[in-house]
Amino acid sequence: MTDPIIHLEDVWFSFNGTPALEGVSLDIYERDFLGIIGPNGGGKTTLLKLILGLLAPDRGMIRIMGEPPERHRTDIGYVPQYRTFDFGYPISVIEVVLMGRLGHIHSPFRKYSLEDRKIAEECLAMMDIADIADRQVDQLSGGQQQKVILARALATEPRVLLLDEPTNQVDVRTEVHFFEILRQLHEDMAIVLVTHDIGAVSVYVDRIACLNRRLFVHDSGEITEDVLAETYQCPVELIAHGVPHRVLKEHDREESP
Amino acid sequence: MIDILQFAFFQHALVAGVLISVACGIIGAYVVVKKIALISGGISHSAFGGIGLGYLFGFDPILGALVFSLASALAIGVASRKGGEHEDTLIATMWATGMALGILFVSLAPGYAPDLFTYLFGNILFIPESDLLLMLALDLLIIGVVYLFYNELLAVTFDEEFASIMNIPVQRISLLLLCLTALTVVMLIRAVGVILVIALLTLPAAIGRQHSTRLLRIMGIAIVLGILFTFAGMWLSYLLSVPSGASIILISAACYAASTLYVRRKHHRTGSPIR
Repeated sequence: MTDPIIHLEDVWFSFNGTPALEGVSLDIYERDFLGIIGPNGGGKTTLLKLILGLLAPDRGMIRIMGEPPERHRTDIGYVPQYRTFDFGYPISVIEVVLMGRLGHIHSPFRKYSLEDRKIAEECLAMMDIADIADRQVDQLSGGQQQKVILARALATEPRVLLLDEPTNQVDVRTEVHFFEILRQLHEDMAIVLVTHDIGAVSVYVDRIACLNRRLFVHDSGEITEDVLAETYQCPVELIAHGVPHRVLKEHDREESP
Repeated sequence: MIDILQFAFFQHALVAGVLISVACGIIGAYVVVKKIALISGGISHSAFGGIGLGYLFGFDPILGALVFSLASALAIGVASRKGGEHEDTLIATMWATGMALGILFVSLAPGYAPDLFTYLFGNILFIPESDLLLMLALDLLIIGVVYLFYNELLAVTFDEEFASIMNIPVQRISLLLLCLTALTVVMLIRAVGVILVIALLTLPAAIGRQHSTRLLRIMGIAIVLGILFTFAGMWLSYLLSVPSGASIILISAACYAASTLYVRRKHHRTGSPIR
């Protein structure tokens, strides 16, 4: 097998002494479609931030293409869960998407080339939002905003796409459309999808990992009750009617915040 | 009105009004969209410590203001990033400490402090020609830096996390913006004084923000409004024999209030979003 694009080995992380991740090891390969599920507070977002070098592990090793995250993180497309910015900021859709090119400009003052603009426009077209390129971002619907964020991630021409609960803010119809887009993108890049929407994961992903401080990787996309019970550490019911599926769990202990 | 235009001091004041408004419009737009008005207030008040030091040791107080405002900009930039203290507590401390140091130094300085009131509340009608050159130089510096780092500043003020992933030096760009803010504050002290700076820095850009969704256009609107407000303030000051700094600020605030009411009404009629 070829070398993994992303490699984590025995990674530990804690927030002010509260453990968030314990001994996490994970390899992500070219053409992977990995789903990561787990309860809230299980460390999913923390794991993605560690991969991106936004947080430093207490111990363990994280490599992107064999080197520390800072060097190649510009080749990762990141779709954050929470809006890390203010949608009221005076900025147009195309300006947001162009920011995905900044990591690939190495001149001292980062100015966009015609090539950068072409790539950004292609990403808008791919997301079917070319017609709103000049709109201000706070004039868009939730689904359109999510497409803008995905287009920005694609503008980095990523080898891996990291998505953190990408369909949290959108309606079911948009969600189905969104996963269809991901399925197409998977032909060109690896995808890591963090979600608590187990229904979506089981339909689209090749491999699944369950994260609750510790990470368990399963080499098939199928979710069994055993897998879930192991992750959530408590009885889990799979609700099998209607979309989206949700895991309802009984709490047998206090969840860490 | 026509008569006073012949006086050199008034011509200087008009040129100063334009030069100040350029810096103020550009940097004010960032201050408003990045919501760092309070940091700017902290920077301007701590500059008073440097003004006092100038009186004490007999050098140009504006030089002292320059050093103190840059130092406080860097201090708050580094400290707020490290996370430790609450940022608002830190700003408040810097704000008051700067003023306290200023008063202390002035009281220790020999004799009587002649233009102290000018540094506190500004007087655009008493700007020497040499200061105009300094203002022009600062304007060119601000325009140059913002032009060169426009995309970096946009990325960092819009989304720091994504800017980090794009390997933009977020900390350095944030500090650069704070230093530009400090330089602008020093320019504005001449016109409106340390206490009123925060209003002239934010109000023209805040009005621009209400009427445009493009950063560059907000800057343009803020520059034009800044010029109008300073000119109107000077005219009112001449007409009624009242302090120019206070007139400029009160006119700005009145226009901001009017603009806010107008935008709200429009929102009621059309349902367009309020920014």
